[in-house]
Amino acid sequence: MAIGYYLVVSALLFSIGLVGVLLRRNAIVLFMCIELMLNSVNLTLAAAARLWGGPDGQVFVFFVIVVAAAEVVVGLALIVNLYFRRGTLDVDVPQLLRW
Amino acid sequence: MILLAAEASGVANEVVTTTSGVIGLAWLIPVLPLLGFVAVLATTKALGDRAANLALAASAATFALSIAVAVTVITDLATYVRPMPTWIDVGGFTVTFDLLVDQLTAVMLLVVTGVGFLVHVYSVGYMHGDSRYPRFFAYLNLFLASMLILVLGQNLLVLFLGWELVGLSSYLLIGFWFEKREYAAAAKKAFITNRIGDVAFMIAMFLTFATVGTLDILGVVENAEAIASGTAFVLVLLFLGGATAKSAQIPLYVWLPDAMAGPTPVSALIHAATMVTAGVYLLVRLSPVLVQSVPGMEVIAYIGVFTALLAAIIAVRQDDIKKVLAYSTVSQLGFMVLAVGVGAFRESIFHLVTHAFFKGLLFLAAGSVMHAMANRADIWQMGGLRKAMPITFWTALTGWLAISGVPPFAGFFSKDQILTEAYFHGYGFIWITGLIAAILTAFYMSRWFFLIFLGTPRYGDEVHPHESPRSMTIPLIALAVLSTVGGVLLNPVHTGPLYRFLEPTVGPIDDLGYEPYGPLEESVLIPLAIVAAAIGIGLAYLLYLRRPIMGARTSEPIRGPLAELAERRFFVDEAYEAVFVTAGGGLARAMVWFDTRVIDGLVNGAGGGSVLLGRGSRRAQSGLVRRYVAVMVLGVLALLAVLIAQVV
Repeated sequence: MAIGYYLVVSALLFSIGLVGVLLRRNAIVLFMCIELMLNSVNLTLAAAARLWGGPDGQVFVFFVIVVAAAEVVVGLALIVNLYFRRGTLDVDVPQLLRW
Repeated sequence: MILLAAEASGVANEVVTTTSGVIGLAWLIPVLPLLGFVAVLATTKALGDRAANLALAASAATFALSIAVAVTVITDLATYVRPMPTWIDVGGFTVTFDLLVDQLTAVMLLVVTGVGFLVHVYSVGYMHGDSRYPRFFAYLNLFLASMLILVLGQNLLVLFLGWELVGLSSYLLIGFWFEKREYAAAAKKAFITNRIGDVAFMIAMFLTFATVGTLDILGVVENAEAIASGTAFVLVLLFLGGATAKSAQIPLYVWLPDAMAGPTPVSALIHAATMVTAGVYLLVRLSPVLVQSVPGMEVIAYIGVFTALLAAIIAVRQDDIKKVLAYSTVSQLGFMVLAVGVGAFRESIFHLVTHAFFKGLLFLAAGSVMHAMANRADIWQMGGLRKAMPITFWTALTGWLAISGVPPFAGFFSKDQILTEAYFHGYGFIWITGLIAAILTAFYMSRWFFLIFLGTPRYGDEVHPHESPRSMTIPLIALAVLSTVGGVLLNPVHTGPLYRFLEPTVGPIDDLGYEPYGPLEESVLIPLAIVAAAIGIGLAYLLYLRRPIMGARTSEPIRGPLAELAERRFFVDEAYEAVFVTAGGGLARAMVWFDTRVIDGLVNGAGGGSVLLGRGSRRAQSGLVRRYVAVMVLGVLALLAVLIAQVV
């Protein structure tokens, strides 16, 4: 089995996610792009686990999924609050934490 | 008189270490007045003016004890060392508070405590009614304690302790009426001028320790002959530096005339009789070191004789009753210093003693006059006080005759012996100059005396001169007696009782190669000195007493450029002001500039630089999440690039 395909797909997914985080301003889209990047990493881990024939990578993927679920809870709560307080989902608008 | 009984052996003293007998109690001599100082300050609140009696009692007790110690030394000639606790003990360097009691100490003890006690008594009357009356006595006691530490110390460092403490008490007493700005300034001037000499003294001690390995006076004296002549020369000059400040010699005499700002008893005790002689005492005490360097002693002699002459010239044109005496003191101290310089150590101490008598007397008489004249000090506003103040007049008369060098008063013997000794030791120039200074001394003291006590009164009806109270006249009488008979009893001929008594304590001068300056014998030199005194008194009589124009004059009638120069004190103060005060001020300003601009600039620059750095770098904190991500990605990419480059 050629691991190269998995890695290429994974790299593509990661890059799409990264470009999305960098270029888009909508908080929901930003959030989804982050999920995309996480999942590209998961794909890499699963592929590598298969390659080496060990369980470590797959166990790690489960961890990532669990943490990502928790992160979604916090992240979506933040986004909802942002919308309630500022009436926008544009991440460039809140700039309180700056010089 | 008691000294007459003493038969000096002519050989070196035997050193006796003892803690028993009268010598064992010698430590009480400085401690009693010190306790008096503390007690007066502590009880002033409770007792008020009566607290001063404690100081009076302390001075009397220490005087009595000093007599007992002196009698012990006279009856049993020896150098006594009274062991005391250790002060400093570091490595090979030990300083103890040991007391040194020998013939020289005995003489100094009697002078210091004797005149000190009389001045205490005098102050009861003079300072009566002053708002800080008890404090004055406390300070007087502090001074006595300091001076006695200075005289008794067996170690140069202990001597220096007393040296500094007399400077402190002098400062406190000159500025006793500190409400007047100029008085406070005079106190500061005295203190700062003395600091200059102190530095020389300290360096001298360092050099002594480096050369001899001890600061014990006995140890230094014992090893004096081992000091190389070059080192000895430097040492002598450094000790002289200390003495020029304390004993008011050129170039550091300027503080003494200003020190007259203090109450008159202080001028008598500290700035005439005792403290200012500390420099002379130091030089005589170290005379075994001095004789190692004849060139160094010659420097001392010339400093002394020029001081004697310069101060005498200035004194001729002073109109303040105390300023005349102040310059006279500088001049007489010049005589003592010149005596040390020409190898006449014992004559110097003799003059120190008689000077303490007659100059203390003259100052106290001046205080009595000022007391009677409602604190006026201008001698041109006086005159004819003979009738109003008979006791002051007669006592001042003896003081005047004594300082003028009229036989058989005390000053005649001491001054004459200094001058003949200078002649016999080959210093012709110093002898002649000293003789001129002696003529001037007789002249200005006669002027002082005539203008105050004789002639017709020149003061207005608003002043009612009266004789001073008994507490003031009794010390006057005591000192007048001493000024009259002191010379005859102590040392009527050159090799008299005091001369032989002091022999074991001073450096040997026999092998210094002194040759007489000329063929004259004492039988010619002594009449010459009397003629000098007569010339001075006669001139003053012609100029200030006989001339009828004097009657109504209230200012100096004789004018001229030289007189003007003397009146303005040769502009020495102004020159010092220009050179040291102005230059020192300039240096200080340059230092301030360097400190505030360069040093502070560096410190402030470091702070300012950090602020600027922070101001620039905080721009990175933009608050834009996406920019942080972008920067992070760039960073990761850079790291990756580095890693890959390393692998490849």
